[in-house]
Amino acid sequence: MFKIAVCIKAVPDPELASKIKIDPKTGSLIRTNIPLVINPLDRNALEAALNIKSTQGAEITVFSMGPPQADTTLKQCLALGADQGILLSDIAFAGADAYSTALTLASGIKKAGEFDLVICGVSSSDGATEWVGPEISVHLGLPVVTMVSEISELTPEMIQLKANIENGYRKMEVDLPALLTVTMELNTPKNLSFSGIIKAKKKEIAVWGIKDLDISENLVGLKGSPTIVTEMNPLEKKREIEFIEGDRTEKANILVSKLIDAGVI
Amino acid sequence: MDNNKGSVWVIAEQGKLGILDVSLQLIDKARQLADTLGSPVEVVSLGYQCELIGTQLIAAGADKVYIADDPATAVYQAELYTKIISQLFKQQQPNIVLVGSTFMGRELAPILAATLKTGLTAHCTDLCLDEKGILEQKIPAYGGMMTIVCPEKRPQMATVAKGVFGLPNPDNERTGEILTLEIPNDFKARIRTIEIVKEEVPSISLESADKIVAGGAGAQNIKGWNMIKELANLLGAGLGSTRPAVDEAWIKIDSMIGQSGKMVNPKLYIGIGLSGEQQHMVGIVDSEIMIAINNDEQSPVFSQVDYGIVDDCQLFLPELIKKLKAHQEQ
Repeated sequence: MFKIAVCIKAVPDPELASKIKIDPKTGSLIRTNIPLVINPLDRNALEAALNIKSTQGAEITVFSMGPPQADTTLKQCLALGADQGILLSDIAFAGADAYSTALTLASGIKKAGEFDLVICGVSSSDGATEWVGPEISVHLGLPVVTMVSEISELTPEMIQLKANIENGYRKMEVDLPALLTVTMELNTPKNLSFSGIIKAKKKEIAVWGIKDLDISENLVGLKGSPTIVTEMNPLEKKREIEFIEGDRTEKANILVSKLIDAGVI
Repeated sequence: MDNNKGSVWVIAEQGKLGILDVSLQLIDKARQLADTLGSPVEVVSLGYQCELIGTQLIAAGADKVYIADDPATAVYQAELYTKIISQLFKQQQPNIVLVGSTFMGRELAPILAATLKTGLTAHCTDLCLDEKGILEQKIPAYGGMMTIVCPEKRPQMATVAKGVFGLPNPDNERTGEILTLEIPNDFKARIRTIEIVKEEVPSISLESADKIVAGGAGAQNIKGWNMIKELANLLGAGLGSTRPAVDEAWIKIDSMIGQSGKMVNPKLYIGIGLSGEQQHMVGIVDSEIMIAINNDEQSPVFSQVDYGIVDDCQLFLPELIKKLKAHQEQ
């Protein structure tokens, strides 16, 4: 039976995330109350683990670093079929960049035991750095393949897969244990089922803070982050909009003549 | 030594046709930063049968070039590349390291950053120096620009996409030093690349297209997407996309324009059924004329274009396509 760790991030619902804006006066973020959901690519990571569980047998532990309310997204993972959920949550973890996020997650994974596979989504919809997966692999001393689009074979010793590159893919073989970051092409995540929700109701999410991990407080959160945000500026508006009005035929006619005038058609 | 005076480095990636454009563009940027700091530009490049690369990198602006020229480094191998480059960086202590946001760069850069215990900023759209000589790394976020710095750890690392900066004018008179890197011979790889498969490149490459039609979630379904595609074909335009269109599997991820996709520089840009997210819009560099078609009058895309049409694209596009065909037949 494979032991699989899946890292997920609770992100503001991407459908609504464009509502987060920079306040032009204060330079800070104006957040409206946007619900947290599982980062879309992390759903693909979990689905990959679930597929292995149903075909070859696996025990899946889901990890997340985030605020206490991120436990609802971990509970969703349990309802989808994961076996355990561990939330790394502590005020000391706040303000982490990709480096200290990866270090914190890696400490949690190390503490939970040994895994054959660690699977992450390529990037998160709100941070979009793509760094957390490969940086976790360094802290765990594991080989890493990013942008995995297909898993073709899995044995207790190795995994065969395809990973995206410019206009194509690499076909590769990796010794286990290993870390993968996956793309949305890998699979189509299934929706929550009623029986899954009922089964997950009885399960609890473990919450681990800084004291539960073998890591110094200076290495996590804002203190442990090599990078900091110094400034946020709203963009200057460079263009003045002219709306083309009229009925559909008129609008099409005006637009075509604008394109002719601009010399682009 | 002053923490901020060390060398400015570029990891230069080799393709079939030599050094990639993005790497040359970063060498030009590195040259500007290094001249301001009074530091040298150093470049590391790994490949095989690449003896001419060194002079090309020096002509582009490098002062010192480290080359690995060995069958073992012919194609990118994460573990071996990490070992060679991290050893070099531990010896040479770079101040700044710039890496192209290619598939290789996006995997190798975070591995190196974590190995060197330093910070890494993703897909910067501008780089400058503050008064202390610290690298200010700009990225689009939340409808604006965010500045990120790595004040203490070194090197300061950033990835940048192709097309953010311009190509250097090669100067063949420039001189510099070319050094050869040793390849570790006791290396046992846990990752083995069995095969590299390259698919056919789309006929109109987005980066060189002078017209671009880009679509998003507002296409609603494949029927709407096909209308956007037809418009692009009719105009001889490159077809670009935003994340939701890729998520819907209407088009491949290679077509995505923006911070984590391609940077484009067309004369004409038409955005259809997309909301003008900063991560997408930042990918359109200096387009002469920009048009948006969106059914929501309040969509943020309209504050970023020259002409706007408020309409359902599935209803408006057939009309526009008809008029364009009539114009072309004249």
